[in-house]
Amino acid sequence: MTSLILAEHDNNTLADSTARTITAALQLGNSVEVLVAGDGCAKAADAAAQISGVAAVLKVDDPLYAHPVAEAVAALILSIASRYDAVLAPATSTGKAILPRVAAVLDVPQISEITRILDADTFERPIYAGSVVQTVKAPAGTKVITVRPSAFAAAAAGANAPVVVTPAGPDPGLTRFVGETVSQSTRPELTTAKTVISAGRGVGSKDNFDVLLRIADKLKAAVGASRAAVDIGLTANDCQIGQTGKVVASDLYIAVGISGAIQHISGMKDSRIIVAINKDEDAPIFKIADYGLVADLSPVLQEIDLELARRGYA
Amino acid sequence: MKVIVTVKRVVDYNAKVRIKADGSGVDRSNLKMSMNPFDEIAVEEAIRLKEKGKADEIVVVSIGPSEAADTIRTALAMGVDRGILVRCDGEVESLAVAKILKSICVAEQPGLVITGKQAIDDDAGQTGPMLAALLGWAQATRVYRLDVSDRTARVERETDTGLETIDVCLPAVVTTDLRLNEPRFASLPSIMKARKKPIEEKTAADLGVDTTPRVTVLGVKEPATRAAGIKVESVAELLDKLQQAEVI
Repeated sequence: MTSLILAEHDNNTLADSTARTITAALQLGNSVEVLVAGDGCAKAADAAAQISGVAAVLKVDDPLYAHPVAEAVAALILSIASRYDAVLAPATSTGKAILPRVAAVLDVPQISEITRILDADTFERPIYAGSVVQTVKAPAGTKVITVRPSAFAAAAAGANAPVVVTPAGPDPGLTRFVGETVSQSTRPELTTAKTVISAGRGVGSKDNFDVLLRIADKLKAAVGASRAAVDIGLTANDCQIGQTGKVVASDLYIAVGISGAIQHISGMKDSRIIVAINKDEDAPIFKIADYGLVADLSPVLQEIDLELARRGYA
Repeated sequence: MKVIVTVKRVVDYNAKVRIKADGSGVDRSNLKMSMNPFDEIAVEEAIRLKEKGKADEIVVVSIGPSEAADTIRTALAMGVDRGILVRCDGEVESLAVAKILKSICVAEQPGLVITGKQAIDDDAGQTGPMLAALLGWAQATRVYRLDVSDRTARVERETDTGLETIDVCLPAVVTTDLRLNEPRFASLPSIMKARKKPIEEKTAADLGVDTTPRVTVLGVKEPATRAAGIKVESVAELLDKLQQAEVI
């Protein structure tokens, strides 16, 4: 049994979601190979080769993969898929776009966004925005699986697997990358941050949000948001946490002005300690919070910022 | 250009689903059912394309029980021209859905298919890319902005790091994200008018697709619940607690 993992990377560094997906793949009891497709991706391939449990890295270095265009990457995976019993990718915006194409052409169902592996065929995955957990058994044939990164620990470094140079796959020529607007942030990456502070509609104004950003910097926290906060333009779409956004499982999650719709809770309820700050004492978010503070947001954000400074957080 | 838009009848996003006593599945009886919210956005986008003169006919497809005709009527009331209902009772997996849609696309020859990026019941997010792959077409998932030209479409899509712009060759499959548009409400006159619009009924067998599930659902359960926490009275008390827990 051998698994192929589609690595997520920016040519130089490997995304943490890859190491987490490797952990999941190792639980299948398989030999694990990692596909690093990129353009000038030697560093990312070397990083993948160092992850414990990796048997080999397939490096496909070609301008075709300068950006992870779904049609081209799926065609590449399909060109080598017959060698593998399972194909896995992290359930990111990239993995989610590519893997269903692979499953469809292989004529196998995909198991989306697994959160637990019971045995090599049996998986848990959330449905209905995480309000229900489903246990499913995959049929015989190649397994095509996306893995929710926050549900698995990252595999550690400590190996030295061979990096095998592998030819590019066919160019489907269907899609052309034009450009991207990447949110620039010096803060930690949201899905792997130890601390996340999230804004909801209740934060209300840009002024309040700016104070929240100052608090985030003092706590070295990533900044998240509810759908409502993104919709009113407080922050960019890639900050959205929940059923249709990102899923986090941080050590500390601070929800500010977030009422706690199931669609948001599904994206953060596996955090270790949850703090809710809301002016409405009946907000559902308090039912899942370890520590709740009922307060008007504008003064309380100022107060937290000052109190953190007083306690030496800079 | 003809546009096909797909709609799924799902448990309303505000309804709380219950687990059947034997844990075999979700009890959907007596729950409010609605059009999948992402599909509403897909319907709206198709109608806007027609209003802009980019599309000349919109066909809505739903796969599901006879009640899915109500979901199709909702789309017709919003402004879609005609409907196709593929009658299937029970769960239909994404791959079978994609095969049914492929068969319809081969017959209808659309220039564009618009689907939701995921359904809010199974949260699988597979149908759009699977359909594109089966047809050998381009895809654009999580679409934030769509600009259709003659032979290509320029698409902005939401990614985990921001926004990406791509050009896709048509025909293509695009899947909608939340901020693509705000779906309209159907007016009473358009609801009345929609009653006269045609809905063609087919079965999966008519289209040569076997919908027997291939993934076995062994059971469902509630997720682990969190123990109730405490309310703190002040910022100082909150920060004390967090320092004691060594998370700040």
